Amino acid sequence: MARTKILTGNETAALAAKMCRVQVVAAYPITPQSKIPEVLSEYVERGELDAEFVRVESEHSAMGVCISASLVGARAFTATAANGLAYMHEQLHWAAGARVPIVMPVTNRGLGAPWTILNDMQDTISQRDTGWIQLYCMNNQEVLDQIILAYKVAERVLVPVMVCFDGFRLSHTMMPVEIPDQEKVDAYLPPFEPPYLLDPENPVNINPVVLTDPLPGADGRPCPGYMGFRRRLQEALESALDVLLEEGRIFGEHFGRSYDDPLYRYRTEDARLVFVAMGSLASEATEAVDMLREEGIPAGVVGIRIFRPFPRRALREALAGVQIMAVLEKAVSYGHEGALASEVKAALYGLNGAQPLAVNFILGLGGKDVKPADVCEAARRALSFSGPGEVPESPIWLSNEI
Amino acid sequence: MATAIMDLPDREYILPGTRTCAGCGLPIAYRHILKALGPKTVVTLPACCLTILHGMYPKTPVAINSVNNTFGSTAASASGLVAGLKVTGREDYTVLAMAGDGGTFDMGIQALSGAAERQTNFIYVCYDNEAYMNTGVQRSSATPAGAVTTTTPVRPKEQPKKDFIQIMEAHHPAYLATTCSSYPADLYNKFVKAKDIRGTRFIHLAVPCPAGWGFPTRHTVKMGRLAVETAVVVLYEVEEGRFRLTGKSLNMAKTGRKRPVSEYLEGQARFKKMTPEQVEAFQEWVDRRWEQLLERAGL
Ligand SMILES: Cc1ncc(C[n+]2csc(CCOP(=O)(O)OP(=O)(O)O)c2C)c(N)n1
Ligand code: SF4
Ligand SMILES: [Mg+2]
Repeated sequence: MARTKILTGNETAALAAKMCRVQVVAAYPITPQSKIPEVLSEYVERGELDAEFVRVESEHSAMGVCISASLVGARAFTATAANGLAYMHEQLHWAAGARVPIVMPVTNRGLGAPWTILNDMQDTISQRDTGWIQLYCMNNQEVLDQIILAYKVAERVLVPVMVCFDGFRLSHTMMPVEIPDQEKVDAYLPPFEPPYLLDPENPVNINPVVLTDPLPGADGRPCPGYMGFRRRLQEALESALDVLLEEGRIFGEHFGRSYDDPLYRYRTEDARLVFVAMGSLASEATEAVDMLREEGIPAGVVGIRIFRPFPRRALREALAGVQIMAVLEKAVSYGHEGALASEVKAALYGLNGAQPLAVNFILGLGGKDVKPADVCEAARRALSFSGPGEVPESPIWLSNEI
Repeated sequence: MATAIMDLPDREYILPGTRTCAGCGLPIAYRHILKALGPKTVVTLPACCLTILHGMYPKTPVAINSVNNTFGSTAASASGLVAGLKVTGREDYTVLAMAGDGGTFDMGIQALSGAAERQTNFIYVCYDNEAYMNTGVQRSSATPAGAVTTTTPVRPKEQPKKDFIQIMEAHHPAYLATTCSSYPADLYNKFVKAKDIRGTRFIHLAVPCPAGWGFPTRHTVKMGRLAVETAVVVLYEVEEGRFRLTGKSLNMAKTGRKRPVSEYLEGQARFKKMTPEQVEAFQEWVDRRWEQLLERAGL
């Protein structure tokens, strides 16, 4: 029988990893994720989890351990945030290119300089183009569910997955989480079957230098050049959207919570104004929506659960005909606007008359509190623009900062 | 243990078609390393001349399972292989990490220090050709004083070589050895011994590089021998804290015959700008270390 426990996001992530029976854990401390490896080390030392626990000396090495462990057939896990994730950057590309199904929670945190340990999404958004699947969680139940789902999908499409959730707002906040039975997780997620096994009599040279153009292999058949490998990675990510939704539906059959929609939708049916956001911000925006509706403003929320692969079609369908969309973001592509705003606008390209007016708000950086009143303020600002000519070219910073 | 070439296993793990330069010392050493370790070996290697030796996809002349990894993460990759093989019940594999001096003395030091401190069960070989050769002979911290490189083109490198072997000894690895590609039997024996020891095993391998050092390709073996005969490179091993000279170096200690370093320096274009004072300083450095090592060996 499933039971409900009150857990922080970090405790939930560690428990999820245990229930996925991860075999190699690479551990390195950084706030706000440090509790994840701490809890896992307890599981391993108490004999509750049969895993190799490698206390590495850096995040670059953490990912190095995971890549090579995965290459020899072990289910590998690590967690990080902010500067730790940035320190891993080279390895993130390597992991995706090597097609290793690693799952890594990231507790979203702002990047220095100057230092902050608090929440925004600059860390994971900055890693958008590394070839990883990126899932964003709105609550701790999703942290548990998405980690389990992530292994299932990662091992099917051979692409690593970042499970992103807001530092402190989720990582350190206690919430009720329904914990499934271990047998049910085992039934949903069988042991990792690596695509090949080491064979001393048939040795392979994994991830060597690849030339630009295809070359014939030993049997005379052409083998891909560099672009061929990279195109396969792109195709794997493109195909991953359907796999995520299919596995999300099967997840629902097993556990009663379905993830067959890449979007979270709240009161969108008749909405004239839609907030677009990710992570816990999407959930917080629902309060503002209720307040606005009481004032007679038909507002709604579209939360993006899957950021990579980008759910272009679902967004187009969800936002066509909406009058105004306010993209709320905790990250900036400096010198331009929020990356999410750019991407959502691009997804809506060509909708012509049905295209909503797009207004981009930057808020909540470095742990800055976002209150429902702030989100209502964003709505009022957005509604004050009567046409594209009135919307400022640059994003609007919502904060009382000097 | 094999002491004669005739005693070495017949099976070859490096087939024709390596992409190293003509006269490279690296394939000579690698051939004997793999003969010593056998087929149940997984190699992890970063970007370096060894990557080039391994050839271009889809072909490789190396008949051993190998994993390429990023420049600074060789020992981390090895830690992952060790953990992954252990947890999946395949501890009978030998994990060999092999990187150049740049990938070890410089960028790889963090991961290697971490893996050694964790007493990771693997063999780490730093093959030392004393510069960043793969990128075109730039200076590394393993480049000796007096050498011209492409980043010390006008004024030869001023600082002496980093004493990395001491840094590794300070980690108290289960086994530590130095060897050179010009002495295949010494090298082979050390890898055979290392294979059966558990824990971190570190081997420093001196590899002459005709392209980067500037000597004729026919002198590769000779250049490695001169390095040892002048005591610029000293062959030894440290097992559970016990220090022992080996092979030619042991021989030299016993006979007292050691050649002047000028014989080693003269044959290489990279040292052509050395002043007599620099040569003298180099000789002093070599002599001082030789005396220290003789004392450690109790000779
Ligand atoms: C992070 C990173 N920085 C730089 C490089 C470029 N790079 C590739 S090989 C190499 C030189 C390797 O030198 P060394 O380790 O001494 O091996 P060698 O080529 O001399 O055999 C460098 C600097 C890289 N691949 N990755
Ligand atoms: S540059 Fe030197 S070490 Fe590299 S392949 Fe050529 S000879 Fe060998
Ligand atoms: Mg080198």
